[in-house]
Amino acid sequence: MSLINQFRPYPLFILVLAIVLSMPVVVVLAHVFVPSGDIWQHLSSTVLPDYIRNSLLLMLGVAIGTLLIGVTTAWLTTMCQFPGRSVFEWALLLPMAMPAYIIAYTYTGMLDISGPVQMALRDWFGWQYGDYWFPQIRSLNGAVVMLTLVLYPYVYLLSRAAFLSQSICVLDVSRTLGNGPWKTFWRVALPLARPAIIAGLSLALMETLADYGTVQFFGVSTFTTGIFRTWFGMGSAAAAAQLAAGLMVFVFALIILERYSRRKARYHHTSRRHQDLRRFQLTGGRAALAFLFCLVILSLGFLLPALQLLSWTVHVADTVIDAQFLRLLMNSLSLAAFAAVLALILAIVMAYAQRLYPGKLVSGAVRVAGMGYAVPGAVIAVGVMIPFAWFDNTVDDLARSHFDYSTGLLLSGTLVAVTFAYLTRFLAVSLQTVDSGLTRITHSMDEAGRSFGFRPLQILRQIHIPMLSASLMTALLLVFVDVLKELPATLILRPFNFNTLAVKAYELASDERLAEAAPAALAIVIAGIIPVILLSKTITRSRKLKLAIDEN
Amino acid sequence: MRKAGIFLSVWLGLTVLLVSGCSDDAQQEIQEVNLYSARIESLIKPLLDEFTEETGIKVNLVTGNADELLQRLQNEGRNTPADILLTTDAGRLHRAMEVDLVQPVQSDILMQRIPASYRHPDGYWFGLSLRARPIMYVKDRVDPAELSTYEALVEPRWNNRICVRSSSNVYNQSMVASMIVANGEAATEEWAKGLVANFARSPQGGDRDQISAAAAGQCDIVIANTYYLAGMLTSNDANEREAAEKIGVFWPNQADRGVHINVSGAAVIKDAKNQQNAIKLIEFLSSDTSQKWYAETNGEYPVRADIEKGELLEQWGDFLADPLDMDKLGEFNADALRLMDRAGWQ
Repeated sequence: MSLINQFRPYPLFILVLAIVLSMPVVVVLAHVFVPSGDIWQHLSSTVLPDYIRNSLLLMLGVAIGTLLIGVTTAWLTTMCQFPGRSVFEWALLLPMAMPAYIIAYTYTGMLDISGPVQMALRDWFGWQYGDYWFPQIRSLNGAVVMLTLVLYPYVYLLSRAAFLSQSICVLDVSRTLGNGPWKTFWRVALPLARPAIIAGLSLALMETLADYGTVQFFGVSTFTTGIFRTWFGMGSAAAAAQLAAGLMVFVFALIILERYSRRKARYHHTSRRHQDLRRFQLTGGRAALAFLFCLVILSLGFLLPALQLLSWTVHVADTVIDAQFLRLLMNSLSLAAFAAVLALILAIVMAYAQRLYPGKLVSGAVRVAGMGYAVPGAVIAVGVMIPFAWFDNTVDDLARSHFDYSTGLLLSGTLVAVTFAYLTRFLAVSLQTVDSGLTRITHSMDEAGRSFGFRPLQILRQIHIPMLSASLMTALLLVFVDVLKELPATLILRPFNFNTLAVKAYELASDERLAEAAPAALAIVIAGIIPVILLSKTITRSRKLKLAIDEN
Repeated sequence: MRKAGIFLSVWLGLTVLLVSGCSDDAQQEIQEVNLYSARIESLIKPLLDEFTEETGIKVNLVTGNADELLQRLQNEGRNTPADILLTTDAGRLHRAMEVDLVQPVQSDILMQRIPASYRHPDGYWFGLSLRARPIMYVKDRVDPAELSTYEALVEPRWNNRICVRSSSNVYNQSMVASMIVANGEAATEEWAKGLVANFARSPQGGDRDQISAAAAGQCDIVIANTYYLAGMLTSNDANEREAAEKIGVFWPNQADRGVHINVSGAAVIKDAKNQQNAIKLIEFLSSDTSQKWYAETNGEYPVRADIEKGELLEQWGDFLADPLDMDKLGEFNADALRLMDRAGWQ
């Protein structure tokens, strides 16, 4: 498509939107050009190699973990029949409601040297410390496990949606060709689902890179912990920004990986005949194995930590839960809902620009707008603070000089700033989901619509929205849950007297009052469960809906 | 272009009308003071509520990480709504002064109540509570006679027996800064290397975690702030209480400069719009009731010598505190962090 096309109002609007949304990241990265003295030299000769090594190992570990767990469980619950399948189908998403820093605190409380598990071991066997081996929870490996347990649902979710939407014909053909379940999985289903799996993986890995709470608590030095040390401890914003730029290199690598995996082929399903899946019936040992595998994952990622939180909550409930607590809950929920809707609208607008005006400019703009996902929330927050304060102060200066009146701060310290930070940080989530849903709608369907004389908006309403509904719902709920868990940006940008559950949980946990932090943490988890269950239902239902549409 | 100009002026005009309309009423009715606090909500709100009850002045609160609050103040500039910055260490108060965010305050009450070493000579900031960071030991494995100074913790007999948290933590940064002041940078770096060599495990978790690890047998010596131990002794959790009972407090360096302490404190923001209320609040935080509250609720030492420490803190006795100028902690913070990087203190 010609370059002229890129300068039509719609793509131009996207460009402006992308510039605005990427502003926080750009503002931070702009510090790269500020000289940072000898700090950089100091870093590279002391701690930088550790940052790089640990960040890479963390990503590698989480990638392997989330792929193994996410894809396996997705395949089992979609394609195989075994006892408990219909429960696991939605329950396996539950760990998503668990913020990484909370699961880390919880497991530390249980498994640490002074926790109940090791204490019981010492009591039973009369051991002393050092008499026995026990895995060190606060370590790089521990961080990999914690992050894997709460991030595998991204891979699970997207690969399950992909498996579900695969035309049954393709799988049937595979079976008629004499392929068993294993071969069908490896040779047909997995390659077809690859774009979705990689999309899920890159979400999980970006979350890993942005994680601060877990690695900080476990004492693992990564880029994120390094950014904070350098920025605040050494007082060098420039060197911190240079570290953040280093982090962004990893992010770009991930984005390129994701695009590359998709570029090779456009997977469109040619058949419009969908039937209910005929699942592979598992029996005996295999059924038991599938059941056990899903149960272990669910227990580790959700049941155990939730029970621990519950038991702490019971201990302290009467002192912590009051009318104020209810307000925290309302604040958290309404903020998350608002941000999720806004992110969805922006994602739709951007994903369509990319489809209607394919070209470097638009796709570049969309990519740039999603950059914030892998940047730690606190870095984003500072990136939001600087331009907002600049805007406020400029307006104020103008007003003072022209009207002799001070407007004060209009945007800084308001929920506008908080919401903007959420959009910068989480737009990638809704964008990825909407986009990967959109690639499943063939271009020939658009052409068919156009031959009926549909205008673009009509194509959207009549063809795309019904077919996309699952992806849209997924995008909405993912952002909702993410915002509910978000901490650093909320903490630093919020207005006076405004608290959320995450802020409350963090404050108490950071003061090492794990038990008192439990009610707020548990409330985040519970509030997150409902959308997560909805999420699972939508995906299943959308398939049925699609069947109905296909039949008409 | 002209259209944009007209639009901007109309919009500005409307905003001005709206804002002035609102604030005229508001200013007369509500007396308030706005607080940016690095002290977490549950460790300040009860006092603020009491202040409001006593004076009728409403306190608006944002809590957060001290560094990020500083960043926010810097960006907001003269339009900041904040009147007071409250931090849990002297280093950040010093930094706020350095970047010209706070103003000197004249208050006879504060000058008279707070000892000179715990406030800025010109009134840029005031300490409100003391946080001592002594050596703690496991009572049945360490004879306190073996202990003497921070410096002596590098002796080979402590090999594989010491637990300290990460160097990312500001209390460690302040402690090392105080040692740079006392012993110089080269000697302190040697010391840090020796200390790291004696670590029982790589630094992880917070101060309470170090104490718990010692009680469970992973190490014998801990450097931690006393109020964490106090919090464990008064915990609802029997296991925590039991762990804390095993730990003794040793005041190091009593023959020379004294134990390292830090202050939590407050400063009035340069562009404070409620300056008088801000001073009233800081005065309230230095009153008898507030000072006792710090000691009883959070196990911190009152900044005033004339306030009783309470039973909990009394058990560890009196101590000589390092009289070092608190501003130095902020001044040497970056040097301390680099030094710990070089020493391999994670």
